[in-house]
Amino acid sequence: MAIFLVFAIIFVTSNFTLKAESSLSELQSQYQRPSSIPYLETNKHSKAREELGKHLFFDPRLSGSKVMSCATCHNPSFSWADGLPKGVGHGHLKLGRKTPTILNLAWTEKLMWDGRFNQLEGQVLGPIGSEAEMNMSLQGPEGLAEVVKGIKGYKNMFKKAYPGEEITPELIAKAVAVYERGIVSEEAPFDHWLKGDQKAISQEAKDGFMLFNDKAKCASCHSGWRFTDDSFHDIGVKDEDIGRGKFLKLTSQQHAFKTSSLRNIDQRGPYMHNGSEKTLEDVVEFYNKGGNAKRESLSEMIKPLNLSNNEKKSLVAFLHTLTSNDKPVTLPILPR
Amino acid sequence: MDVLKENVMKMTIISKCCLLNMILAAPLVFATEHEIIQLDKKFNVQEITIKPGDSIKFKNKEKDITHNVFSLGPKNAFELKSQLPGQESKVEFKEPGTTEVECAIHQTMKLKVTVKK
Ligand code: HEC
Ligand code: HEC
Ligand SMILES: [Cu+2]
Repeated sequence: MAIFLVFAIIFVTSNFTLKAESSLSELQSQYQRPSSIPYLETNKHSKAREELGKHLFFDPRLSGSKVMSCATCHNPSFSWADGLPKGVGHGHLKLGRKTPTILNLAWTEKLMWDGRFNQLEGQVLGPIGSEAEMNMSLQGPEGLAEVVKGIKGYKNMFKKAYPGEEITPELIAKAVAVYERGIVSEEAPFDHWLKGDQKAISQEAKDGFMLFNDKAKCASCHSGWRFTDDSFHDIGVKDEDIGRGKFLKLTSQQHAFKTSSLRNIDQRGPYMHNGSEKTLEDVVEFYNKGGNAKRESLSEMIKPLNLSNNEKKSLVAFLHTLTSNDKPVTLPILPR
Repeated sequence: MDVLKENVMKMTIISKCCLLNMILAAPLVFATEHEIIQLDKKFNVQEITIKPGDSIKFKNKEKDITHNVFSLGPKNAFELKSQLPGQESKVEFKEPGTTEVECAIHQTMKLKVTVKK
């Protein structure tokens, strides 16, 4: 009888580890990086386009004040954001929301915290023309296209990048979008672990990965290699801002914001669309409580998690493994 | 016992009536109910063609994930409430034309419904 029991236990436990291993590799396979970057059929990649787009992205002459470029807020030194709770726009006025990163956006269709723009190509003229941001007119003699045409070096660059096409605000947007599509975070310790390097991340982080997918259910929204499915939810951040609810009158979209990518996330605090959570520890505590605001629109997927202190630490340790050691970005010499 | 027998008889009468009704009404109404499944943050098909008056039952077969199906049209605009795993809702499509159906939560979920006589 005793022997039988022992056998039974061995059988059950070995079966269990086998099962755990296969489900781990199954889980890991859901986070594989893609092998190429998607470009639009109507705006394909070329070296000349990417170079041109980079120059425009870093050029403050695209703004009304002539001192603000895309990179003022989407600063590569701060993981392509600004490290502030809320962005700072034209005339140093505070914007309503935090500046999001522009890492890894080639894979996303709906952009902004509330999803109001489609595709990178369709977003660029938003901040340039916005009075609160770059405050540049898109038409007229002082407008965007005329300013760019007036810079000799750009004329040549456009000729190479888009031969025969007239320089218009839309073409400028296309060039910037080609550059943005190429802004991709490189492999992080987490990816090395997926590839089989067992020592690439700690046991604590591996436990955190399991929690992320299982008990803490983070992967219901932060799924795939970018750690977001680009979905829109009210996760219970306390704020007057109703996000996507402003133009989608559905209950689920009141206070709904886009699920953030968690790649290189430890470089982008403070967190959430209003910068209300200072550290990753704070974020995990926020989810553990089930958010800060109980409203009708709160996602059914946000509930108190009952995580132990060790479990919280493991989750944070896991989040740190998503940061890649990317090459510093070189600044372009702008044409005069 | 008697009550049971009576009930059974009633039921057969009712179902006979139903059958008769269906046969009589069929050429007039002919409304079909189609089923669309939401699983792994996807609809099981991306396009469907139906007849005016047909309906679609949207069924959430996820384990943990909530969906919120709606459409701004151009024809047959509608909105459903959030659907928890296991829940289903029916929508009737009356007008001929196309309807772009989306999930408000998951931007990758898209379904084109064509209503054609
Ligand atoms: C003054 C600061 C500022 C400047 C300048 C600025 N942005 Fe932004 N950017 C923001 C803020 C803030 C948001 C989020 C706004 C919102 O969602 O309502 C944002 C959002 C974005 C997004 C969407 C990201 C996502 O995950 O959906 C992209 C792409 C973007 N900006 C690109 C650009 C480009 C290209 C330029 C230059 C043409 C630019 N930005 C200039 C502050 C700025
Ligand atoms: C129901 C979907 C959902 C679930 C589940 C979820 N998140 Fe989020 N997450 C979001 C959304 C939406 C945002 C942006 C919310 C905002 O700013 O208002 C976000 C924001 C974040 C941020 C801040 C990102 C930034 O750039 O500011 C972090 C970090 C994060 N989540 C980690 C987690 C972790 C860890 C878990 C599991 C404990 C988790 N999330 C579970 C949807 C979700
Ligand atoms: Cu959905």
